[in-house]
Amino acid sequence: MAWLWLIIIVAVLVLYIVLKFNQLVSYKHRINNAWSQIDVQLKRRYDLIPNLINTVKGYVKHEKTTLKELTDARTKIMGGSSMAEKAKASNQISAALKTIFAVAENYPNLKANENFKMLQEELAGTESKIAYARQFYNDNVLSLNQALESFPTNMIGSVFSFKPREYFKASGEESKPVKVEF
Amino acid sequence: MAIYEEISSNIRKSYLLLFFFFVIIVLLGYALGTLYGNPSFGLTLAFIISFFYTLFSYFAGDSVILRMNGAQEASKQHFPHLVNTVEGLAIAGGLPTPKIYVIDDTAINAFATGRDPKHASITVTTGCLQRLKRDELEGVLGHEMSHIKNYDVRYMMLVVMLVGITLLLSDIFLRSMWYGAGRRDSRGNAGALFIVIGLVLAILSPIVVRLVQLAISRRREFLADASGALLTRYPSGLANALKKIRDDKEPLVEAADRSSAHLYIENPLAKVRERRVNLWSTHPDINERINRLEKM
Repeated sequence: MAWLWLIIIVAVLVLYIVLKFNQLVSYKHRINNAWSQIDVQLKRRYDLIPNLINTVKGYVKHEKTTLKELTDARTKIMGGSSMAEKAKASNQISAALKTIFAVAENYPNLKANENFKMLQEELAGTESKIAYARQFYNDNVLSLNQALESFPTNMIGSVFSFKPREYFKASGEESKPVKVEF
Repeated sequence: MAIYEEISSNIRKSYLLLFFFFVIIVLLGYALGTLYGNPSFGLTLAFIISFFYTLFSYFAGDSVILRMNGAQEASKQHFPHLVNTVEGLAIAGGLPTPKIYVIDDTAINAFATGRDPKHASITVTTGCLQRLKRDELEGVLGHEMSHIKNYDVRYMMLVVMLVGITLLLSDIFLRSMWYGAGRRDSRGNAGALFIVIGLVLAILSPIVVRLVQLAISRRREFLADASGALLTRYPSGLANALKKIRDDKEPLVEAADRSSAHLYIENPLAKVRERRVNLWSTHPDINERINRLEKM
């Protein structure tokens, strides 16, 4: 009788480990997927910025520094390799874009420009997609990290060398999608 | 975990609905067959009809509903803001981007339909786009996205399709009873006909009522509000949109009225259909919803 119980216990244990292992794997995949979503949107914004600068340049002669900040932040994000660097550069771009759109309020001609309107909508959309992708990413990182810290998943995690992941941090008030009213 | 419970409950209810529909149609077929002296023919016919109509409802119900409401597919070119917002929310929910439709109507309204998140669509009125601010629209779309995520859309779609046709059929029976009563009298069948119709209605009405009750679930709407707010992380957006709808002086002339007016005028199905398709009319008290959102 004893060996039967032993088999049952081992079977249940193995089943449990398999389930937890699969759960960790699915977290990992979701995180990678979420990260690629962020990346797609960051890239999209990266590609839109030169168009914006070209459109804005002709209208806002006195705002050279604002434009320069945006260009600098844009260059930085490609240089950044770690998550934290990318997040920081991304936040800088968001801030610079916000400033530009605020400045644009003072230039009626610019605001009436069709191309600018289109870019503003596209960038606002991309901004909120970045925010949403980041939110989805961070939610999943939270799930994974929580699982890796709690018992007994932490043992399964360390045996199969799952690593906790880094959050994609937003700086302070930008944790919400940027709302561009028009 | 409430969402996972809601998903499995919706899937269970959907199968239950399909099952009931099947049983009702087969019973109807049997009753009619008996009446005309050929029960097995009636039974076979009913089996075939209900089988194909069930399949049709499941796979094409959303297109029927969209067409019924005069919804047009929204292109990114013409509705960049709407498309961007929906795409963003889909990313936030980790769902595929649903198809996006627009109804040309000044009322503020929206609905989602489809059989699962991979085959789903969101429809908004042009009134939504013109009269809601960006974060308000986001709130409304977040609510609809939650209906998709929670599989509410599948159940609601099946209710429209199956309960709709069942009521329509029972309506036809009632009418044929009025017309046929005189003629059948001479053939001596009136008694049997009345019994059959009485039976059918007796079976049908409580089930239909129960299904509609199930569909109008306060919990479902509160949950969609809450999980929508979880998506946008901004409950005030939806709360403000609801306030706008509440204070709307223009009556909620549902877009559905116009596109399917011919259905509404004479049959009882109109009311159910109208109520099922439109987001706001069947919902729990709007002030209660606003309160809950503001407390989040």
